[in-house]
Amino acid sequence: MSVIVKIPTQLRSVTGGEAEARVDEATTVGDVLDGLYDRFDGLRDRIAEDGDLRRFVNVYVGGEDIRFLDGLDTSVEDGDEVTILPAVAGG
Amino acid sequence: MPAEALQCKECRSTYELEARYVCDECFGPLEVAYDFSELDLDSTRRRIQAGPANIWRYADFLPFESSPSTVLAAGITPLVRADRLAEELGVREVWVKNDAANPTHSFKDRVVTVALAKARELGYEVVACASTGNLANAVAAHTAAAGLESYVFVPADLEEQKILGTGVYGANVVAVRGTYDDVNRLCTELSGDRDWAFVNVNVRPYYAEGSKTIGYEIAEQLGFELPDRIVAPIASGSLFTKVARGMQEWLDLGLLSGSLPAFSGAQAAGCAPVADAFEAGWDICKPVRPDTIAKSLAIGNPADGPYALELARSSGGGIDSVSDQEIRDGIRLLAETAGIFTETAGGVTTAVLRKLAQRGDLDPGERIVLVITGDGLKTLDAVRGSFAVHEIDPSREDFERHVPERSAAPSPV
Repeated sequence: MSVIVKIPTQLRSVTGGEAEARVDEATTVGDVLDGLYDRFDGLRDRIAEDGDLRRFVNVYVGGEDIRFLDGLDTSVEDGDEVTILPAVAGG
Repeated sequence: MPAEALQCKECRSTYELEARYVCDECFGPLEVAYDFSELDLDSTRRRIQAGPANIWRYADFLPFESSPSTVLAAGITPLVRADRLAEELGVREVWVKNDAANPTHSFKDRVVTVALAKARELGYEVVACASTGNLANAVAAHTAAAGLESYVFVPADLEEQKILGTGVYGANVVAVRGTYDDVNRLCTELSGDRDWAFVNVNVRPYYAEGSKTIGYEIAEQLGFELPDRIVAPIASGSLFTKVARGMQEWLDLGLLSGSLPAFSGAQAAGCAPVADAFEAGWDICKPVRPDTIAKSLAIGNPADGPYALELARSSGGGIDSVSDQEIRDGIRLLAETAGIFTETAGGVTTAVLRKLAQRGDLDPGERIVLVITGDGLKTLDAVRGSFAVHEIDPSREDFERHVPERSAAPSPV
């Protein structure tokens, strides 16, 4: 199985400019992010703190905010799209 | 120019004054940082008082080299004393800051005036926004006046008045099948790929500065004094926190004395992530799915929620929510006692003021300012059916038969 992760422009400096990343072998959003942290140096510190997401980071699975699902324990399936976005827009 | 840099509100990292809204280090929001140390108190006050009758009189506190000229500049809306409302609520002094009296009838003209001026300075030719309606009206009108193209993204179920009041200016209106939070997510994604100024995404640090001018105006209109309490609505929390920031800047500079007012925030019960977090004692908000008639406040995932919570707590205020029926009653209360017809957001704010009064949270001697952010003509459904209309034939007999007298006629002298 594999999941596609959409990388926001603000994080592309640590993904070598990549706007998308494919993660295989993940069953939860937490696994997906761990897969990215292993691959991209410095990514973890940008968006996570003490094992949780920083407070201005939004993560979506199929357009749904993971806080309406099971947070980092939200399960992902083959072909799901995970989107990371800054939470500081709007209003 | 006192504006120095963009600074992260979380980790304090600084950046150039460019189209950037997120901190690269920690994903925190950026805010304009100023150095006011060169401002002389007397000459600053003179410049304000001699300035134009719009927000550019506060140019010293906005992020520009010089005052940009704008056709539809917002601001200098009435601050009216509402004695009948105060009497109804049993408090000494209530003032209404009526920001419906702006070019497109809401406070959003302030933020768009600033955002658009900055977008032009940065060289953008297309301006866009994610909106719950009032911002859509303002972006469409201001870009039309400036001769720029605009794309306005709104939830598809928005009030018809707000859609009509946007498309009329020639904007590209995009009705998104989803909530405001879906619209905001889409715009955040699009802003990464398009060379557009999204006023409340990539130029949001400048846009947000526009709301400080409500704080400056209230203080100036009260004779360079602060009230004891501000009651204002919370959607993203930007207006609520920026009114305080403007007042704090003037306190720090010595233009005002005393301390910040108590800040009382108002939300609709059908979308109250900040009020709920306040009550639960949290320092972040849990997102909600909005279900309220107050669509202009229907943001389930408020960007400035954590800062609104901090302000309510540190200023000795609070954050409350009110039901849809209380919102309708709030609209009627303000209309019948102050002669000001506000939209649903103003109904929320007025209803929260009434709730504070009924709960005994207000000191009877307080001077309170109620911030009314939009016009009732934008949300007519909220008052439909709330009063009787007497339909009659054009005859005296039919009038007398069908229209009861509300009070006794004055006695003849």
